Amino acid sequence: MRRFEYIEPVTLDEAVALLGEHSGKASLLAGGTDLLVEIKEHLREPDYVINIKKIEGLHTLTYNDKDGLIIGSLTTVREVEKSTDVNEKYAGLAQAASALGSIQVRNRATVAGNICRASPSADTLPPLIADGAAVKLFGRDGERVLLLEEFFTGPGKTQMAADEILVEIAVPPPSPHTGKAYIKHGRRKAMELATVGVAVTLTLDSGDICSDVRIVLGAVAPTPIRALKAEAVLRGKVVDERVIEEAAVRARAESRPISDVRSSASYRREMVYVQSRRALGLAFNRARGII
Amino acid sequence: MKKLITMSLNGETHEIAILPYRSLLDVLRQDLGLTGTKKGCDVGDCGACTVIMNGKAVNACLVLGVEANGAQIETIEGLAEITANGYKLHPLQESFLEYGAAQCGFCTPGMIMAAKSLLDENPHPTEAEVRFAIAGNICRCTGFSKIVEAIVHAGNGE
Repeated sequence: MRRFEYIEPVTLDEAVALLGEHSGKASLLAGGTDLLVEIKEHLREPDYVINIKKIEGLHTLTYNDKDGLIIGSLTTVREVEKSTDVNEKYAGLAQAASALGSIQVRNRATVAGNICRASPSADTLPPLIADGAAVKLFGRDGERVLLLEEFFTGPGKTQMAADEILVEIAVPPPSPHTGKAYIKHGRRKAMELATVGVAVTLTLDSGDICSDVRIVLGAVAPTPIRALKAEAVLRGKVVDERVIEEAAVRARAESRPISDVRSSASYRREMVYVQSRRALGLAFNRARGII
Repeated sequence: MKKLITMSLNGETHEIAILPYRSLLDVLRQDLGLTGTKKGCDVGDCGACTVIMNGKAVNACLVLGVEANGAQIETIEGLAEITANGYKLHPLQESFLEYGAAQCGFCTPGMIMAAKSLLDENPHPTEAEVRFAIAGNICRCTGFSKIVEAIVHAGNGE
């Protein structure tokens, strides 16, 4: 590996100061499952690697009905995958976590890292956006909170400043009669980047009427995107097969995939249709309490 | 500049000075002479370097040696039990032998450590649970069938 200096700050202030001091030449190390690969493949060449795992208070995972789910930035994908609260109340996020990489990767990788790496195909992003998540950033001037939906500006790019650290992800508590789903489409069942990711969070009023829905597509645009026109098809309507079909067709039209080594644009578009239909059906059944 | 780290390795404490830009995999193999853990891809895709760190299966190629400071590491070398007149194989090792679950053997240490991590948490897994648990371990030779059978059998016990 290319040589670097290694530092273990014990406070956020220390870490932020280091980022400022070594501006442009430092990388944060949490899980390391992206950073170490990028260093080995010469995609990133930091002179300083700042291990933030010694900072207290970041490795938390809590739920309550008022604040919802709070995921600390050192919490691993595996911990989220196995959490009872996540599986019961954020089923899409649980599915996404279990689909990421492998168990070995998930035991180190953090959800915060998945967010900061901002890959367009990242698995945890669509369900978090579908659930209205927000991120708390800590920098020289204190803290700020941003909606995850507005956080991504391009492939691998976010609104974070170079000397900011993501400290926490907050996901609102679910409304009653809400069903959630995330489907990852890939060439294989594990150790794969999504060729298409679809997250759905669907809330029902009495009589199977959709009172709210959020459909978020991953891997088919420079960032995760909401399929707003597909959502509009469903909102206020009685949910049935025909309406789901129409929404899935709209979602396909809203996707803007590229062709790359994993898949062609046309196949991805088609899979947006298939997996949107399936994710909507799954979320609908979960909202009804059927499954 | 080298950093002095202390780790518990297969139950023994080791103190070692290492450069920060070396992976735990390289430290295990080169500095500690434990070549049972294999380097397949070195980027966390193949699972051949799977070790158990603080009770969790991880790819040693994606852990810096310095991150193992204060950690408990289990490698394939630590599985068999040393006895008065030799050693006693771990049930997984017995099972792999019985079922012929190794051909070239390169994936085997990683497979067994991933399987051990599964059995530590879920002592009697189903076939589906076994397949899910080893999804991060690639085998080029066996087609996985014997490996899965061996792990299911080890989970069913005597």
